[in-house]
Amino acid sequence: MVIVAAIFMVAGLFVFAIATIGFLRFPDFYTRMHATAKGDTLGTLFFVIGLALYYLHHGFCWLGLVQGIKLILIAVFWLLASPTATHALLRSAFESDLSPWTKDGKAIIEWPPKRRDK
Amino acid sequence: MERFFLASALALCVIILLSLYRGVFGPTVFDRIIGAGFIGTKTIILLVLMGFIYERIDMFIDLALAYSILNFIGTLIISKYFIRKGAK
Repeated sequence: MVIVAAIFMVAGLFVFAIATIGFLRFPDFYTRMHATAKGDTLGTLFFVIGLALYYLHHGFCWLGLVQGIKLILIAVFWLLASPTATHALLRSAFESDLSPWTKDGKAIIEWPPKRRDK
Repeated sequence: MERFFLASALALCVIILLSLYRGVFGPTVFDRIIGAGFIGTKTIILLVLMGFIYERIDMFIDLALAYSILNFIGTLIISKYFIRKGAK
């Protein structure tokens, strides 16, 4: 069981590393957000599941069950909170007319978009 | 297993340093916000790992939980602020 926990944690580290590479190399805000948001959520999920597996298996006592559940609560909360924060951030960037990057510079979608709500 | 926690904590610190580059030199303001959020997520995991290293798990789990809530609300507030102020 300890091996399974270690595998989960290594997978979490791997996902975090890939998210960082995406964060550094992508040319534009939207593409960077694309990489980091997903990498965060999945990496946190893998890591916390690995830690919970290790904790619930290693020295199991009924009192420790509460800590394990709180540990999983962190993963569940971050699973819900990260997409919401990403959406709010993207919306604010989109509202302040941050134009998406295109290879040849010409905008594919019609930019700036016609304001419906404002 | 103790050493494994220490090794992964060090790896997380390296990842934080790497993502600090974009956080500081990010062209637009929003890249800096992503950098802060990205490092915030790593801090949550680092906190829980420290709990496992110091064998004081119950304290550090509460710290990580509180910090993840703060990080989430911070990102929301910053993005709400920059809607009006614009990216300039």
